[in-house]
Amino acid sequence: MTDSEKKLKLTVNGKEVESAPGEMLIAAAEKAGVLIPRFCYHPRLEPVGVCRMCLVEVKGPRGFTLQPACYISVSDGMEVVTDSEKAKKAQDGVLEFLLANHPLDCPVCDKGGECPLQDQTLTFGPSESRFVEEKRHFEKPIAISKLVYLDRERCIQCDRCTRFAADIAGEALIDFEGRGGALHITTFPDKPFASYFSGNTAQICPVGALTTTPYRFKARPWDLEQVESTCVSCAVGCQMVVQSSENEIVRYLGIDSEAVNQSWLCDKGRFGFESVSSAERIPSPYFNEPSGMVETGWSQALDAIAKALKSAEPESVALIGGSHMANEDIYAWVKLTKGVIGTDSIDAQLDDGLDPKIVALSDRATIQEATQAKLLILMAGDLREELPILYLRIRSAAKKAGLKILEISLSETSLSNEAEVSLRYFPGYAEELVNGLFGAEVDPQFFAGDLQAARALVSSVDPASVVVVGARENLADSSLDPERAIAKLLDSLVGSKFLSGLRRGNVNGAIDMGMVPGLVPGRGQLQDGNEALKAKWKTLPRKVGRNSREILESALRGEIKVLFLVGADLISDFSDSALAEKALGNIPMVVGIDSLSNRTTSYCSVVLPATAFAERHGSTTNIEGRVSTLGKKLVGFSLSRPEWMIAVELAAYMGEDLGFESLHDIWGEIQEVSQLHRGLSIAALGAPGAKEGIVVPLSASKVQISNRRVLDPIATPGITSVGVSGPPSSSAAIPGEGDPVLSESTYSRQRSKLLELLAHDDRAKAGPEADNFALVVSKRLYDHGVEVMSAKHLSELVVPSKGRVSPKGWERIGLNGSGLTRLQGNGASVELELVVDPSLLDGVVKVEFDGALGEVSKLFGVENSTSRVKMEKV
Amino acid sequence: MSRFTKEMETRAFELLALYPEKRSATIPLCHLAQEQNGYLTEESMVQIADLVGTTPAEVLGAASFYDMLHTEPVGKYVVGVCTNIACLLQGGEELLGHAEEKLGIATGATTDDGMFTLEDMECIAHCDHAPALQVNYRFFGPLTNDGFDALVDDLSAGKLESEVPPHGTLSRVQRKHPIAVPLEEIVRHRRDSDAKEGERLAAKAATEAKEGSN
Ligand code: SF4
Ligand code: SF4
Ligand code: FES
Ligand code: FES
Repeated sequence: MTDSEKKLKLTVNGKEVESAPGEMLIAAAEKAGVLIPRFCYHPRLEPVGVCRMCLVEVKGPRGFTLQPACYISVSDGMEVVTDSEKAKKAQDGVLEFLLANHPLDCPVCDKGGECPLQDQTLTFGPSESRFVEEKRHFEKPIAISKLVYLDRERCIQCDRCTRFAADIAGEALIDFEGRGGALHITTFPDKPFASYFSGNTAQICPVGALTTTPYRFKARPWDLEQVESTCVSCAVGCQMVVQSSENEIVRYLGIDSEAVNQSWLCDKGRFGFESVSSAERIPSPYFNEPSGMVETGWSQALDAIAKALKSAEPESVALIGGSHMANEDIYAWVKLTKGVIGTDSIDAQLDDGLDPKIVALSDRATIQEATQAKLLILMAGDLREELPILYLRIRSAAKKAGLKILEISLSETSLSNEAEVSLRYFPGYAEELVNGLFGAEVDPQFFAGDLQAARALVSSVDPASVVVVGARENLADSSLDPERAIAKLLDSLVGSKFLSGLRRGNVNGAIDMGMVPGLVPGRGQLQDGNEALKAKWKTLPRKVGRNSREILESALRGEIKVLFLVGADLISDFSDSALAEKALGNIPMVVGIDSLSNRTTSYCSVVLPATAFAERHGSTTNIEGRVSTLGKKLVGFSLSRPEWMIAVELAAYMGEDLGFESLHDIWGEIQEVSQLHRGLSIAALGAPGAKEGIVVPLSASKVQISNRRVLDPIATPGITSVGVSGPPSSSAAIPGEGDPVLSESTYSRQRSKLLELLAHDDRAKAGPEADNFALVVSKRLYDHGVEVMSAKHLSELVVPSKGRVSPKGWERIGLNGSGLTRLQGNGASVELELVVDPSLLDGVVKVEFDGALGEVSKLFGVENSTSRVKMEKV
Repeated sequence: MSRFTKEMETRAFELLALYPEKRSATIPLCHLAQEQNGYLTEESMVQIADLVGTTPAEVLGAASFYDMLHTEPVGKYVVGVCTNIACLLQGGEELLGHAEEKLGIATGATTDDGMFTLEDMECIAHCDHAPALQVNYRFFGPLTNDGFDALVDDLSAGKLESEVPPHGTLSRVQRKHPIAVPLEEIVRHRRDSDAKEGERLAAKAATEAKEGSN
């Protein structure tokens, strides 16, 4: 028996309660249905015991004494009383004390109506204050960042926000200043609370001291309606509630999902809701005529597209995008393109990901497995920029549970400090480095870091307990090198698992549904055939199609007649925007299906308005393969339609029948054709025990679905106060084991060598050269892409791209003081500010990708070798 | 010039070397910065944060807790009048009031010429000389109003320079010979006592198990 399984017993208010060593009394009591009041205690933060709200009587050698329940752990035979006169008097006193300086401006406070201070004062507190002195005063709310306001008068000094910032986010940009009656939260002068995770502090603040700019004075809690959903701003798939007022989304709050986001959301996810009501929403279908935009009806638009499709060869039809859609939308479009039209040239990735075979055909890890691995190998760039909450989970595991990390990257990342060993490589040499990890000789001029230590680390653990996180770190180099490196890692470490680092919304679901060349729904390969598919689909593509880059390249040769762009803003988002621009001009019919106007919609022949997030039901799949549901809260904007419906209707205009009329129909068919999803019924997805989503494939025998989250109104004020009232009830937990709604999975696959499925990397390679620099272009969280730019408050956070060079590179360009530099490559020239980064190898320049500005992406053409740029100081 | 000078930087590194955890050097480094600049400038807090591996906000948070660390400019002489119980009974409040008048500033403020900052203090452990005060942490008392005026005049005239050095130089963290922290010894000691505690617990568990099975 391990320690954590050991049970011990205590009595709370005369009732016997089971607990485990190490558990805090407040949590043990809560499980037994006894809610002890609290402010500073938060189940996801380390206890501090500063607010004293949780004082209860605990029996000790000197009889019963008052002790903070959040700060003592349970012990066997402990006797606790939470509702005695003495305990009540203490709670009453603490509240009177906390209110002594509280401004009581509830009528103008955003928290009013969902405020733990209000609620607990009502339940536990005094009805009158004896405090007649002047209260302390501060300037009313001050902006501590562009997203968060601080009202110091309302603050009760619970230390939640500061603990979150320091311990969870790892950026102590806020702290207490002063002491005693003068204690208040502050930022350092000129250093605002610019954290990717700042919104979480407002979510957990138990009073209205921290509020977020986009939500301020937008609604009253009792007017809010809410639905549970999954964030699709990136592929972590954080669980959240969507709250609306008068058919407008006003707020997202993170749900405490043990498996995924454990309460937190990143700011991009949290504040992205503003794009749903953006002025850029497309109201109705339109044609782009030479004379300008001509609005039209759905029937004319669909008819025109159907006609164009009729006269086009299957191979000349292609689709790019779709990674933001629900699984059902994706399946409908895959069926339309692969199963009706017969083209395999569809790709949900924008040349910024990995070969989908790596994702589809490797053994996959969950986030939990990654954080509990014996060794986590990161080959995924900077996770904080791409999958923010995954970064938090990994960081916490490293800090608190000693997770061992081996990092292989082109430059320092946010997790480098947590890594046991960091290895760096020169662009194009990832595969060599990984070979070196398994014993091959390496040429030291292409690498940095302690390779010996890395070898020792890898050989010290059981390969089957290793998890590899893989993604594309460098957009300016072909994906082949990192792909081969990742494949080599997974092949060599027999039994290791892969956690996808692909970041676009539902891109992992798109791969599972076959919205990539060469794959069919259910992580199967096109060439392997699929009997179930043949029964449901009219046709199957004859040969493996093109990926998005190849589609655009063949468009240059005039081989593409109809291109669907589904939520794909190529001009902003495609890594090679020059290619995208040229290609789009060379396709007779470009169909744009999007919810927002963007730089690419003006290149489309016809544009169809799609519904946005929270305007449709459906399901989505995250990096783990976890299928969870999307909530619908709003009526679709204007004439917009969900994408699956557009596919069904377009088929009808072509004289075809996709065979479904509802999301339920589609999910039913997915279960029939995809072994991967077999057993995962609609009923299972909707089961209360499955709120965190269910990872596919279901394991062969019994499926464990996790317990219903208990929504804690004091940990996350605002979720249960809407709709559900009262303290969290433990009876809401529904055991998942053997849940009758889940049937057995039949998914099985022979694990082949991944490396054998990939092409050889026989491009000419070169190391550092005297007259140029190898270019590394990486993504960052806030770029000029439409997703960020259409959300008002996020758009204000975007700053111009920066570049980084090694100290030697800095000297070589002759920079001093100012880093303004001109980069020239691929016939384009860009000016940007460089800074010194000692973690970069000499001869490398690293630049942040900049979305719609598109300038940086003109610098590279990646077909043949690593992109090179010349640099000179301006 | 508010970052550490070369010489001060050397001392900063000596201080850092004293602690197994760099963060532990935060307060000593604050004193060092104060010794150099008279108070903690923003730049020095930023530099200290870099040196100890934390954020400027955390350095400010720690520094602002302590009355002896100033994050605003202070005068050459920081006069702290005690208003705690013993001094209060002996006229400490009145002395503070007089001091405000004499210096022409409110408590907490600094004279225009940058000579004096006036503070009120809790007990400074000079109760037997109540009403007492400190100037740059040097004790004076008991003081009458006239005595206070004389003290201020002497300070202004530079007569007490040898007794009361300018604010900040009190730094107690300068060591000619850094003490060697016997790290190994501490670790060994901890290990031994942990082992003993482990044995004790194991023995206790064994007896309990025995009793339980009976
Ligand atoms: S601002 Fe809110 S979360 Fe932070 S200490 Fe004050 S009350 Fe607590
Ligand atoms: S990490 Fe990703 S899924 Fe989670 S809140 Fe941020 S954008 Fe949304
Ligand atoms: S002291 Fe226990 S909740 Fe604050
Ligand atoms: S009370 Fe003033 S020195 Fe003690």
